[in-house]
Amino acid sequence: MNKKVTQNFGFGMLSLCIGITLFFLGTIIYFIFIRGFRVISWEFLTEVPKEAMTAGGVGPAIVGTLYLVIGAIVFALPLGIACAVYLTEYSPKNFAVNIIRMSINNLAGVPSIVFGLFGFGIFVKFFGFGVSALSGCLTLGILVLPQIISASQEALLAVPQSYREASLAVGATHWQTIKNIVLPAASPGILTGVILSIGRVAGETAPILFTAATFYTRGFPKSIFSEVMALPYHIYALMTEGTHHEEQTQIAYGCALILLVLVLGISAVAIIIRQRQRLTYE
Amino acid sequence: MKAKARRIKEGIYKGIFTFLAFASLLFLVGITITLFLEGLPIFKEVKFLNFIFGKYWYPTYEPPEFGILPLILGSLWVTVGAVLICVPLGVGSALFINELAGRRLKAFLKPLIELLAGIPSIVYGLFGMVIVAPFLQKLLNLPVGLTAFTGSLILGIMATPTVCSISEDALSFVPRSFREASFAVGANRWQTLTRVVIPASASGISTGIMLGMSRAVGETMTVLMVCGGAAVIPRTFFQPVRPMTATIAAEMGETVMGSTHYHSLFAIGLILFLITLGFNIVAELISRRYRLKLGLGR
Repeated sequence: MNKKVTQNFGFGMLSLCIGITLFFLGTIIYFIFIRGFRVISWEFLTEVPKEAMTAGGVGPAIVGTLYLVIGAIVFALPLGIACAVYLTEYSPKNFAVNIIRMSINNLAGVPSIVFGLFGFGIFVKFFGFGVSALSGCLTLGILVLPQIISASQEALLAVPQSYREASLAVGATHWQTIKNIVLPAASPGILTGVILSIGRVAGETAPILFTAATFYTRGFPKSIFSEVMALPYHIYALMTEGTHHEEQTQIAYGCALILLVLVLGISAVAIIIRQRQRLTYE
Repeated sequence: MKAKARRIKEGIYKGIFTFLAFASLLFLVGITITLFLEGLPIFKEVKFLNFIFGKYWYPTYEPPEFGILPLILGSLWVTVGAVLICVPLGVGSALFINELAGRRLKAFLKPLIELLAGIPSIVYGLFGMVIVAPFLQKLLNLPVGLTAFTGSLILGIMATPTVCSISEDALSFVPRSFREASFAVGANRWQTLTRVVIPASASGISTGIMLGMSRAVGETMTVLMVCGGAAVIPRTFFQPVRPMTATIAAEMGETVMGSTHYHSLFAIGLILFLITLGFNIVAELISRRYRLKLGLGR
């Protein structure tokens, strides 16, 4: 009898846990949607801010965020995948490589503000790119680099060794094996990892705080050396700067909704790809 | 001849990959080196112990004070508070998904939680600032709503999906035979869960907890927006604090390159880097130890 009571109590607590978790997360999303939806309009998505940030739209911030994300991916994707291929397929399996793998995993967990610090010291000041889209792209690129490397490595390691052996046995060269057998087999895994990290980059604020972002630009970004507006930074700036608190909060909700849809949309694509993949294996 | 051309081609591809791999490693090594190069000079001007245990952080006063104890304690309080929330909620939710949810519910909840783990921190910051802080201020009758407690609460909720997702992965790796053996000797589901499944997946669960903690320590925007930003040693939970990450974010824009203040912020970055390194090493050690214990050696 006692056993049963404990079990029911325990299971009740577990249900409570998931209930509380979903309730809180649901509340946050609900508020952002309800309050953000009111301010969203075609004008809000495409126009520049007007009347000291109290009217107009956030078009340049949306474009700025897209620029930063695309730039970061163009920079980090080839480097990251190549590094993962090298580490799993070419490099000798020894102590040094193990250390490298552990350091990459560690860097994937380093706070994003530390990357911001690095970007500020190196790209903004040392290389003299200034506060610009370029500095921001490079900083965000370095932030996702370890994540892309570890996700790709995991996907490559999951390809059974027998695939490689079979390919080499029929006379394919090392590169042919990688190109025709290993990469295709690992590509869904690599893809999910990469897309998930893109989603994270789009929402990052701390690394662009003093490398790329600014509260207001006149019109849309012009060159890679100009400062850009970005959605996450814009939310922060609206909440902490300026004088029209009431109106700015409304616009911040609108920005948060766009950002949420963007980030969750990107992540959803990755998760759907993975679910499909799992189903085909089962 | 053909064989030779092929060998050259192979060599070229290997060369390209080696080059790109080392280029990316160079960037990653660069971060570490930069942190040390820009952070260590602070200790020429401020003694190491005075920096870590100094009680006053007045970087712009004349004369300036560079004691980061208030900032360390700010981070610590907020993180401890967040862990108290995200560990029970995250692990509990993972156990629910793994043990109690049916096939369909599981197939729905697992990706949902994973998706929610990706909500940008700035969104939590906004929500905390506009909704939670005023609510708590009124509810608890506080002078200010932006406190360590508010920060802990928001961070805890924010880290919960991460902890849950990784813990659930770990739970799903427990071999079916473990449960079957437990049922066979007469244990019920709850006993099996607490005495067999949880110990067997403890390494994965603790990795999840470690990652949740390092997310909480390293989180910047949320704490910058909801913790109040007062760089004083916190006496209670319901007082504004200024964690290390928030300090860097708030002050970096105004520093002069090469100044003591500039170096002190890099030194804080270096400390954050070492803290995450510590978390990762602990997580790695735990997972190795348990792997050996379970005989799942890799």
